[in-house]
Amino acid sequence: MRTLTKKNLLILGSILLTFALVQVLVLVGILDSFYEITIATICINIILAVSLNLVTGFTGQFSLGHAGFMSIGAYVCAIISMRIGTVGGFLLGLLAGALAATVVGILIGIPTLRLKGDYLAIATLGMAEIIRVVFLNLEITNGAAGLNGIPRYANWLWLYFFTVMAIVIINNFLKSSPGRACIAIREDEIAAESMGINTTKYKVIAFAVGAFFAGLAGGLYASYFYFLKPDLFGFMKSVDILVIVVLGGLGSLTGSVIAAILLGLITTFLQSFTAVRMIVYAVLLVVIMIFRPQGLMGSKEINDLLKFRFGKKEEKIE
Amino acid sequence: MPLLKVDKLTKSFGGLTAVSNVSIDINKGELVGLIGPNGAGKTTLFNLLTGVYVPSSGSIALKKNAATIELGGKKPYHVTKEGLARTFQNIRLFKDLTVMDNVRIAMHQNVKYGLVSAFLHFNKYHKEEDELKAEAERLLEIFHLSHKKMELARNLPYGEQRHLEIARALATKPSLLLLDEPAAGMNPYETAALTEIIGWIRNEFGLTILLIEHDMSLVMKICERIYVLDYGMLIASGEPNKIKKNKRVIEAYLGEDVSNA
Ligand SMILES: Nc1ncnc2c1ncn2[C@@H]1O[C@H](COP(=O)(O)OP(=O)(O)OP(=O)(O)O)[C@@H](O)[C@H]1O
Ligand SMILES: [Mg+2]
Repeated sequence: MRTLTKKNLLILGSILLTFALVQVLVLVGILDSFYEITIATICINIILAVSLNLVTGFTGQFSLGHAGFMSIGAYVCAIISMRIGTVGGFLLGLLAGALAATVVGILIGIPTLRLKGDYLAIATLGMAEIIRVVFLNLEITNGAAGLNGIPRYANWLWLYFFTVMAIVIINNFLKSSPGRACIAIREDEIAAESMGINTTKYKVIAFAVGAFFAGLAGGLYASYFYFLKPDLFGFMKSVDILVIVVLGGLGSLTGSVIAAILLGLITTFLQSFTAVRMIVYAVLLVVIMIFRPQGLMGSKEINDLLKFRFGKKEEKIE
Repeated sequence: MPLLKVDKLTKSFGGLTAVSNVSIDINKGELVGLIGPNGAGKTTLFNLLTGVYVPSSGSIALKKNAATIELGGKKPYHVTKEGLARTFQNIRLFKDLTVMDNVRIAMHQNVKYGLVSAFLHFNKYHKEEDELKAEAERLLEIFHLSHKKMELARNLPYGEQRHLEIARALATKPSLLLLDEPAAGMNPYETAALTEIIGWIRNEFGLTILLIEHDMSLVMKICERIYVLDYGMLIASGEPNKIKKNKRVIEAYLGEDVSNA
């Protein structure tokens, strides 16, 4: 069995340790409910950022519509769990929301992914706006007033579980043949197609997987914050996610995770300085981008930094 | 019927006819050269064969398992699936990826595990990935690149990048290999080594090869037949010795020495 390698056990160990550590800090009372919100936001942002990174950082498709997919997941999950008020209803809502976002992702991806660069960015931006306007006008979403009193089943345990799941699945995908096909498209689309890769198909796959996890993040958001309105998912939300991805490094999942945590903490600490908050935040971003234009991690992953420990073993294949 | 039958193929860009009414046959197992002065339309012909351009008119027929497949107008990935692979005149490697990944990406179309295995890394995934790696190593070995498998393609010297492009094309498991100026930028020593490798891979993989080349030492040494293009038109074809003495070819090259190779 390949799943029980030393490396995987180590990863599993650190995943459980992180969970236990936060859990203990919460129980002891060092992390109060104020910080719990920060942690929840960080988890949701990690899922959003790694999924957008798959589309933009790894496949090279500049998307500005991630908040649109998030909102689909959020509303579908909210509507379902408001009707089935159990954990089962919440989980069903999450799954349905993520799948609904995937379907919309595929339907929108097929025509728009033929566009390149700026054109694709504008098309995805427009799509997210259309989704927002639809939610603004539907009866079932309660229009501009939004939905209130969504059952709150998302907690630290679920958030952490789904965050780890998103990272593991997207990381696995990137280390597979379909994942490498996506990366090849980013590198050189003409060469990729000449090497037998159906570029449209893999762009749509990356887009669909990205939409799935954005939808999942939306569902978690709806359940944790138990209130939704269309304005939460405007253009600025998509930009926020993009900022995390660019800051962490296009093409680095580790970078997205680190940037989501960093920005989450910075936002929390700046909370008490309301007046200067946005200015400090913006200056920080500018400074980081000047000194590390490739993002905090560039396209490197945590493995690359630890390579001297695992690299040799992993490469041996005879 | 030959392996590849190109019939009255034409490609115009606005007023310019880059390939004009070209018909060529390539038989299974042959090593055929395509030569001609700069701008003659050689690369354009490759782009037509591989689906990068859609022909203005004419047909490209490939024989595959007793059936005949029309390639004209098919998408590049489709053409590759039918067994054509190519290299590019201006090297188009995946520069920021490792040598190993460059080759593994080209194996994509023969990978059998699906998306679910890709997400969850089932045993099927591990088994096939191991095979892919081993096969990629074998290909890299041929081009003396296996010790550099974890290096980024962009960090390879020029000659090795050209080798890697051929290894990558082979990884698609082609029946017909198209090489666009494989020796460009190489010194005579490197060219001689490359000439040897090309002959060797043809036998080893049972390939048919069509190659564009300006280096006459390479062309005259390994090509069994040669087609000559000039201004988009086929002006001569035949064995190297005949081509050397062909008046129209000598004129087309206008002083360039075709005869002393
Ligand atoms: N996409 C294109 N659009 C317009 N003209 C083109 C295009 N591609 C090629 N051409 C023109 O077609 C002609 C043939 O070019 P091609 O690249 O096929 O020549 P070649 O024989 O490969 O030359 P070289 O030996 O310099 O590589 C040239 O005049 C070129 O400018
Ligand atoms: Mg050319």
